[in-house]
Amino acid sequence: MSGAKYEATATHLSAGRVALGRWLFRAATVLLLAVIAIQALKTAAVTSVGFPDWLPVLYAYVVWGVALGASQVLKYGEAGQQTAFILPAFLFTAAMVIFPTLFGLGIAFTDWNLNGDAHHNFNGLNNLRTLWADAYFWNALGNMGFYVATVAVQYAIAFGLALLLNADIRGRKFFRVAFLLPFMLSPVAISWMFGKSMMENRFGPVANFFRFVGWENPAFFSSPYIARTSIAVMDSWQWIPFLIIMLLAGLQALPHDVKEAAKVDGATEWQTFWGVTFPLMLPVSVTAIVLRVIFELKLADIVINVTSGGPGGATDTISSFVFREYRDRSNVGYATMIAEVYLVLIIIFVTLLLRVVSRYMQRMT
Amino acid sequence: MTRTAGRALIYLALIVWAIIALFPLYWTFSTSMKLGRDVTQGHLIPWLDFAPSWKGWQSLGLSPDTIFATSNVRDEFLKRFVNSAIASLGGAALAVLLGSLAAYGLSRFDYKFGPWRNKDISFFFLSQLILPPVVLAMPFLVLYKALALLDTRIGLILIYTLMVLPIVIWVMRDQFDTIPNEIEQAALVDGCTIWGAFLRIVLPMALPGMVAAFILSVVLCWNEYFFASLLTGFDAQTLPVMVASQTGSQGINWWTMAALATAAIAPLILIGVFLERYIVMGLTAGAGK
Repeated sequence: MSGAKYEATATHLSAGRVALGRWLFRAATVLLLAVIAIQALKTAAVTSVGFPDWLPVLYAYVVWGVALGASQVLKYGEAGQQTAFILPAFLFTAAMVIFPTLFGLGIAFTDWNLNGDAHHNFNGLNNLRTLWADAYFWNALGNMGFYVATVAVQYAIAFGLALLLNADIRGRKFFRVAFLLPFMLSPVAISWMFGKSMMENRFGPVANFFRFVGWENPAFFSSPYIARTSIAVMDSWQWIPFLIIMLLAGLQALPHDVKEAAKVDGATEWQTFWGVTFPLMLPVSVTAIVLRVIFELKLADIVINVTSGGPGGATDTISSFVFREYRDRSNVGYATMIAEVYLVLIIIFVTLLLRVVSRYMQRMT
Repeated sequence: MTRTAGRALIYLALIVWAIIALFPLYWTFSTSMKLGRDVTQGHLIPWLDFAPSWKGWQSLGLSPDTIFATSNVRDEFLKRFVNSAIASLGGAALAVLLGSLAAYGLSRFDYKFGPWRNKDISFFFLSQLILPPVVLAMPFLVLYKALALLDTRIGLILIYTLMVLPIVIWVMRDQFDTIPNEIEQAALVDGCTIWGAFLRIVLPMALPGMVAAFILSVVLCWNEYFFASLLTGFDAQTLPVMVASQTGSQGINWWTMAALATAAIAPLILIGVFLERYIVMGLTAGAGK
């Protein structure tokens, strides 16, 4: 980070300007609240005046955001201009994340089902009790453990390939592009290319290969362990490039003289790797693994499109389980509860993970 | 181990992985040129053991002989393609706009909002990465319905912006950190406002980072499936949702599916081949600090 930061210069602002800023903000707030109130009353069927939908509230929020920024500049001068840089992203994120998540908490404690009648009732802790007794939820959570554990394998493979790419080779550009390409594809396309066609039991090339190697009736999605591994293989195929790129960048940033010194001291390649390269790569490695674990926790698309969680939930992730809970049963209330519980679990898990490894990581914030 | 043998092993390993990475692409593309019997007999090499045909592309209306004929499938495909393009370009553009501003602020100024400092604000933005899409999907379903944004491209753009915003902020903050601030300081002394200095001096210098963040965002949005499948139905449906809905149906022609998959991933392959530098730059922002 650049060393010296700007200090906002305190210039004298006229009283009129400050007052204008204050009134602008107040007027916008009144407008926003008024629009919300009108629409809330209409939705509650108290009044008949109002808009056909809640969209005007969104517009009012945008107006309010602009007014807030303008009033900051009017009231605080240069400091306000500085605030205006961060305000749009903050207001956007607040509206798109914080509000829906809190709103979701409200849904999570209801028996809302889109199939049933339009009414939905608060049902207390019923969803939590169902969740506690839901074998599919615990099964999916266990599978998440498996998928996250495969990151270790992905990391090992990626590190090996990054070392190879960093070696003195010809055609590095070609290999780099070739290795990157899987990362560019959509999981949906990968689901078809791999899961539905190449791993087709009868004539997919992967099946043919395994028959050639000696597995008589290759079936990739019928037994639980193999199905889970197959999903992990597809997912790894897509994400190993991400790890390669990060690790390769780390390798290229390593100081050359340290390795040279080790070589002069008579260390073998193997010793140099474990004694010099690997320890120096620890910050990059830990950062890459943490990011990869975070992305792994969102795994859903491949599972949804290849196995739909089957056989018997063996490949389910929490996300794909929630997806089906909504798609097949329209159980919005319960599905939201699962998602919110999962969010809490993730926050706890990632916080603990960061607490343990953050001192090895690169600076992120 | 002699040196030559070692080098041979390195190349062998590289080639093996290159085959693992590229074969699925080759398979998909070549399958789009195959007939059913070529698929079931596991033929791999064109002209040698199967005669390429345009059958798959014909059913999409994209083969040479059907390209000028009317085709409902092609219209459908193009509609999805345009939806995907608008949603991903729009989401990426909005994210780069919001993200660059925030990243510049975080890189240059010391904020103090109550107990919140720059570190906390950065963490607030980056922590959005952790949020799994499922958490937002259900509330958005209900909220978008109320806002009349369900099955609209605007709705998708907003959610895609949210999805890539943390990544953009990360990339851009790294980019701004590498630009020395003496130049802006000089401009400020000359009477420029901080917004003027940002727009006229810093932004042009930060262009490579913005391009990298934009391209990475486009790729991520283009590939997004989860939200698109839940929040769009008919009008705003994107390409991944179309591909997924085709894979679900039983007994679909392999050649059609392969042609569809090829057409869906072709733009990404082109980006990967020609803009690899920017993708790598976006992914490795902050590495080696």
